[in-house]
Amino acid sequence: MDILETLSKLWNDSGFASFFADGGWKNLVMIGIACVLLYLGIVKKFEPLLLVGIAFGCLLVNVSNFFLDGTSSSEALYHPELWDAFLDHDSEFYHSYGHVMSNGGFLDILYIGVKAGLYPSLIFLGVGAMTDFGPLIARPNSLLLGAAAQMGVFLAYFGAVCLGFTGNQAASIGIIGGADGPTAIFLTTRLAPELLGPIAIAAYSYMALIPMIQPFFMRLLTTEKERKIKMEQSREVSKTEKILFPIIVSIFVILLLPSTAPLVGCLMLGNLWRECGVTARLSDTVQNALMNIVTVFLGISVGATTVASKFLSFETLKIIALGLTAFCFSTVGGLIVGKIMCKLSGGKINPLIGSAGVSAVPMAARVSQIEGQKANPTNFLLMHAMGPNVAGVIGSAIAAGFLLAVYGG
Amino acid sequence: MFSNIALAAANSASGEKISISEAAATAIFGYAVVFFGLIILMIVLYILAAIFKKRNAAAKAAALKNTAAKSASQADVEEASAPAPAQAKLAPGSAGHVKLYDVPDKEAAMIMAIVADKLQTPLNELRFISIKEVK
Repeated sequence: MDILETLSKLWNDSGFASFFADGGWKNLVMIGIACVLLYLGIVKKFEPLLLVGIAFGCLLVNVSNFFLDGTSSSEALYHPELWDAFLDHDSEFYHSYGHVMSNGGFLDILYIGVKAGLYPSLIFLGVGAMTDFGPLIARPNSLLLGAAAQMGVFLAYFGAVCLGFTGNQAASIGIIGGADGPTAIFLTTRLAPELLGPIAIAAYSYMALIPMIQPFFMRLLTTEKERKIKMEQSREVSKTEKILFPIIVSIFVILLLPSTAPLVGCLMLGNLWRECGVTARLSDTVQNALMNIVTVFLGISVGATTVASKFLSFETLKIIALGLTAFCFSTVGGLIVGKIMCKLSGGKINPLIGSAGVSAVPMAARVSQIEGQKANPTNFLLMHAMGPNVAGVIGSAIAAGFLLAVYGG
Repeated sequence: MFSNIALAAANSASGEKISISEAAATAIFGYAVVFFGLIILMIVLYILAAIFKKRNAAAKAAALKNTAAKSASQADVEEASAPAPAQAKLAPGSAGHVKLYDVPDKEAAMIMAIVADKLQTPLNELRFISIKEVK
């Protein structure tokens, strides 16, 4: 046995040698980015349940995925070229899950759940089972704040078109402003799957940064007097109203925009299981076991889309900038309508609850509570802010449904 | 505007870029659709709330009537001299109702407990007439 030849073969087969091959440095950069994301998730606790999975998926795909003559290596966990063929109208493997199943790696198989829109819908099932819509039912005008806070979605969409993205891509970028990870993933896999990695990372990172992004705008757009406003206690909501709510929302919203059916339908089914009182076991399962299992699959498979050759581009930087713009304008939209409602109600509504219209539940509501208490330590805005917060979930699903109806083909 | 949106959809389906005016029209229309959907939902919820408030009020009135009737009949049986109570019974040892001005029940209860603690006096030996928030 020629030891030198064997060592040389081992070196050439290893991933380390690929770093020196054409474009191999990009994988090295992505490994660095994955480590930064892991640090943010674990040490800074930025949405750790999803970000740790996404970051590790990013790490796995970039240590295993090296391009040799335009195709990924056979050991790769994720094969972007399989998905390119899946989306190519002219390919014989167009929309062929069988081709992916027989030739794909571990992460390709998991990614099928993202591509089919399965994981985001199942996450919504769990979110519905965990959400108490009581504050929204008690104060239905919270829905206006949830609608207003979708301003960032449409402004970022417009901005993305101005920056040269196609309509489908712009719609997917805009939905980052909805501050709703599953909705962003759901829409992007349908409209612009090539942008899934940067959009998912931007959405979850900014959601985690809400306590840093929102307070500046909250103080800028409200006066000290407005922030001090104490709101009256909301009325008690009966059990029957809570049971009727998911049924009514499903009927009205899905009839209005049928494309919202997977998201709104699952959200409301989960909530009905929670409220109806006869399906406690199912409610418990979707809130805990199912939610955790889907989070595992979703995180790692979304991370898998961050292949260096596709992620490292100027487009990614533009998406990150547009995502931040979307978040800021969504906050501003909610606050402006909050101020209008404050004036119209004769000072009975604290405009700070408007910023909770972005659907990051319950983070955005918690920020309203903290800012309200800073102005008036006896102020308790949390339950009042939960109304717009859950309205934002429905609002972003409607915004996604609209964009899907326009660009879904 | 609707034709612009349809055109936008057709163009983007083939991966083509859309014009800024088409994007502006789609953005404005989309924002309006979100408001429209949620306003409809809000109206439905207000109607639902009104129905339930009416039902609850009727149920409460009926319950109050029943309680009053029961108390009256009990009083007749026991030949008590006191008239039947018009309102719900007070808790044993209570000194009456506290008038609250802009103070929720929970906060009022907390304030009363704090005062009793500071005065080192049992709560049932104190009488609170009203609690008002000083603004």
